[in-house]
Amino acid sequence: MIYNEEYETLPREALEALQLKRLQSQIERIYARVPYYRAKMDEAGVAPGDIRTLADISRLPFTTKEDLRRNYPFGLFTVPLERVVRIHASSGTTGQPTVVGYTKRDIGIWAELMTRCLSAAGATQKDIIHNAYGYGLFTGGLGAHYGAENLGATVIPVSGGNTKRQIMLMRDFRSTVLLCTPSYALNLAEAMLDMGIDPKEMALKVGVFGAEPWSENMRQEIEKQLGLKAIDIYGLSEIIGPGVAVECVEEQHGLHVMEDHFLPEIVHPETFAPLPLGEKGELVFTTLTKEAFPVIRYRTKDFSRLITSPCTCGRTFYRMEKVTGRSDDMLIIRGVNVFPSQIEHVLISVEGVEPHYQIIVEREGSLDTMEVQVEVSDSIFSDEVKKLEGLAKTIQKEIKDLLGVSCKIKLVEPKSIQRSEGKAKRVIDKRKI
Amino acid sequence: MKVEQIAIFLENRSGRLAEITGILAEKGINIRAMSLADTSDFGILRLIVNDTENARRVLKEKGFTVGTTEVVVVEVKDKPGGLANVLQIIKKADLNIEYMYAFTQKSGETGLIIFRFEKIDTAVDILVKAGIRLLSGEEVYAI
Repeated sequence: MIYNEEYETLPREALEALQLKRLQSQIERIYARVPYYRAKMDEAGVAPGDIRTLADISRLPFTTKEDLRRNYPFGLFTVPLERVVRIHASSGTTGQPTVVGYTKRDIGIWAELMTRCLSAAGATQKDIIHNAYGYGLFTGGLGAHYGAENLGATVIPVSGGNTKRQIMLMRDFRSTVLLCTPSYALNLAEAMLDMGIDPKEMALKVGVFGAEPWSENMRQEIEKQLGLKAIDIYGLSEIIGPGVAVECVEEQHGLHVMEDHFLPEIVHPETFAPLPLGEKGELVFTTLTKEAFPVIRYRTKDFSRLITSPCTCGRTFYRMEKVTGRSDDMLIIRGVNVFPSQIEHVLISVEGVEPHYQIIVEREGSLDTMEVQVEVSDSIFSDEVKKLEGLAKTIQKEIKDLLGVSCKIKLVEPKSIQRSEGKAKRVIDKRKI
Repeated sequence: MKVEQIAIFLENRSGRLAEITGILAEKGINIRAMSLADTSDFGILRLIVNDTENARRVLKEKGFTVGTTEVVVVEVKDKPGGLANVLQIIKKADLNIEYMYAFTQKSGETGLIIFRFEKIDTAVDILVKAGIRLLSGEEVYAI
């Protein structure tokens, strides 16, 4: 179902006119109110009046996580704190946390965008929504919560952790929609079986999964194990949180970007030059309606491309291809770029292999080594050494064929890889560079 | 004439073997025969116990990966040439052995050889026809 028919199906021409109008007033406001942005624009030799077409956006300087950190905590806000009603922040595991703020109107828009996403996934006010995204400074929990309430559905604000209790509640409440990270969805499926509960006995019909990159094979695995439709949702706190883009249940192919509120661009990952529509590169967003914390050309470090062909669901918004890697997660192994999701893709394609894995990178002398740890489940276990070694060789060969990198496959005991309660930790990089 | 054996996946970590035998001891399960196949990274522990079903269940509950397979237990005379005779028969019949291990009985007169064949039913037929004594599950569990 399309929640906001008027905007989500705007003809391209009208949409682009709206985008330009909103972009111009947003840039004007930011230039007038944030000294940091003003200095950057002056340095780049561009004034708000220079933005005459949407293509002119490429004249504006990029914003990166570094810029956000430099202005910690509130330096990039465009409104006084008294107008800010909510603060969210990143975990800050890789440095200083990045802090974002929302006005009342921002929160309202965000709730609507999340409602659009849930509707696109097929949820309605009749649904019981189990929201296992973490509540707190992380945008996932509250973002999804407001959207689900706005939809009129019954929300179970269960947040992350305490998996057994979650499963009990999900079963007893007959929850129909599951919101969590894809890795946690698999964790739930596994925990259900451990508790002697068949996941198919749950009332779940759809899951809206995001906050980490996941492969197409992972989707099939989740759908098979939990017996639901798995929908990908995209967002990041720097832009607004979850609700920037979502797949429609009709196609499950590419995520419709909420283009009336965000302007997407794809740029070359090294030169940062704008790429023609349809080409793959780094995804960049400019907010068009944010009040408290607007961003100009924010570099997401996510790789994707835009799909411009019309979609059967009727939405006119361009779709961004499912993000399968972030440049932050990208490993460079002996000069070859490797994304954890590519390894995941290979593992799940090998019959019987469970999608619980971890990648250990080390450096021996001057050579990088990559070890992929795979759990030995009942379905791949054999009492014969040669069969287990054969399995390890098969996985090794498939990875080599796909990525061109040799790795060591280490078979490990079940449950020895830590289970995710939010974003899964796939890589342990022990290299000291 | 087939005997159930359980196999357990083990990472090469210290104390794992002690943990497994400890779990079985606690449940009063007796190990009749065992062998450990090891590689540089992992091991496969194969056990014949007096209560296969129970052993499998308690180990699974403790989170181990456990499989059950069928093996053939052959009785051979505990003297030079006892095993050679059986292996001759196996060779002539062109039977593939995946692995084997041996243990002796209390009496010391006969030894027991445990075979894992690729084609277990064919192997049983051929050995029985050749007059080799195979032990039943009950006999092995009760040793």
